[in-house]
Amino acid sequence: MDATVKIRASASDRVFDIVNNAILILIILICVYPLYFVVIASISDPDAVNTGAVLFLPRGGNGKLLNFEGYMRVFQDYRIWRGYGNTLFYTACGTLLGVVSTVLAGYSLSRSDLAGRGFITGMFVFTMYFSGGLIPTYLVIKNLNLTNTPWVMILYGSVSVYNIIIAKSFFQNSLSEELQDAAFIDGCGNGKYFAFIVVPLSKAIIAVLTLYYAVGHWNTYFNALIYLNDEKLYPLQLILRDILIASQMVVSNVTDMESIGEAQRIAASLKYAVIIVSTLPVLVMYPFLQRYFVKGVMIGAVKG
Amino acid sequence: MQQNWKRVRKNYMLYLFLIPALAYIIVFCYVPLYGIQIAFKNFAPAKGIWESSWAGFTHFTTFFQSYRFWSLLKNTLTLSLYSLVAGFPIPIVLAIILNSSTLKRASKFAQTATYAPHFISTVVMVGMLLLFLSPTNGVFNRLLGMIGVEPIFFMGEETAFKHVYVWSGIWQSTGWDSIIYIAVLASVSPELHEAAVIDGASKFKRILHIDIPALLPTAIILLVMRMGRIMNVGFEKVLLMQNDINLNAAEVISTYTYKVGLVNAQYSYSTAIGLFNNVINFTLLIIVNKLARKVSGTGLW
Repeated sequence: MDATVKIRASASDRVFDIVNNAILILIILICVYPLYFVVIASISDPDAVNTGAVLFLPRGGNGKLLNFEGYMRVFQDYRIWRGYGNTLFYTACGTLLGVVSTVLAGYSLSRSDLAGRGFITGMFVFTMYFSGGLIPTYLVIKNLNLTNTPWVMILYGSVSVYNIIIAKSFFQNSLSEELQDAAFIDGCGNGKYFAFIVVPLSKAIIAVLTLYYAVGHWNTYFNALIYLNDEKLYPLQLILRDILIASQMVVSNVTDMESIGEAQRIAASLKYAVIIVSTLPVLVMYPFLQRYFVKGVMIGAVKG
Repeated sequence: MQQNWKRVRKNYMLYLFLIPALAYIIVFCYVPLYGIQIAFKNFAPAKGIWESSWAGFTHFTTFFQSYRFWSLLKNTLTLSLYSLVAGFPIPIVLAIILNSSTLKRASKFAQTATYAPHFISTVVMVGMLLLFLSPTNGVFNRLLGMIGVEPIFFMGEETAFKHVYVWSGIWQSTGWDSIIYIAVLASVSPELHEAAVIDGASKFKRILHIDIPALLPTAIILLVMRMGRIMNVGFEKVLLMQNDINLNAAEVISTYTYKVGLVNAQYSYSTAIGLFNNVINFTLLIIVNKLARKVSGTGLW
């Protein structure tokens, strides 16, 4: 009797496993294929991409294995490089500023002996759920004369309250009261304790915050859209928007011989190349930072 | 009182630590709150916020009576509720599939692969949509063609807009959203599963009676947080996905505030619409949080 139950149970488990694993593989395909396709389309002959000959493997056309025409065009466009430089600058400064202010504030709010802690935390959290809205914020930034300067790209969006809450819960859970008491008995003040004991113990949270802020700065376009008019200041994403979505032609050393038709022929594979070039930093960082993702989300999930 | 003051003096350094972040939220979050009053005024930039004349609720009534109001509200709610209903359970399902898979390596790889789209910028995401969904040479239409479906002009069909928006969002965020559920499942005590196996529970039964109850508290908190943002559709993405043909289905309240306010410079009217949006969000958050507390004992506060 027992045996039959067991067999029946494991038979249903086997069906479950087969179905479950099949779904798993399907999910992997759905996730990976679009990314894979962008890669192969970017290194294929534009004509092959346009006619749909590229589906599973790259095609160079004319007997070649690969085709880098799209990349050549991208590298010729000075706007992309200028945008790249701007974005790197905004991302580096903005992230530095954000991480420093977030770690400082998060640590301070994690201390249970901070008088007025509940009120100050409330002040921060409130901004997550209620804001002045687009126009009032725009007016403030305009009155501060930040519009059309690099400052608006660095300052606005540099601090995220959500990240402060993450930092706060990290400090609450990873630093013990005993450690603090011991340090204070040995003559540490708050400043020294923070600089020499807290910061060295916080590499994980600093990595997570750097990741979050850097990706945020790298990927944002909307602030640039409303606060910048000078094309020299445009970040990469705004240039990408022109190329990918408004389908503007890429500026290049196009000679008069080349017709618009030629530019159009290349347009699609050029777009794929632009996507790769602009996403490259994130792709390169990805494997190294992956182990911090879970950590970051987990710390964030602990209720502040 | 005096004791408090002593604590402040002793920890003055901690207050110094708060200055940069506090300065940020005061300048960029609290000072703008003062500007909300222009929703009730006829704001003239030359006069400034304070000097502009009062208008009462005119901007609100204009908005409620405008022919656009219902279509904006409908589009906003369609996109956000559809995202919620379709997008909320899928990360949970993904976590369960990954957790109970017998292919351990594939399951690890699937995690890496499903997180990756999260890091794609909105601009690139929409760019990819335009390329893939193109009716003439988009790869998605090619693949559909292989199973005999005629090319569909996804970005030009009003009815298709919501599906494209929601499912591309699911593609991009499911992996990332599942991380937390995966972590919760990993923390379920293996003894529970062992005991259930001895009692003859099948895998499916164990998911139903062990895994899902373990995920529930986390799911409720995340659901409450989502509800507080129900009126905030992914505004940046919608704006990029809009074109002249799909605009009827693609104009939502937040993109409309942007156009009215910054493109047409009707500051007061735009602020009023934004405030309406905000108040609904905030009210919903409070109601849902209360409900969640009552039903399950967990909530945001």
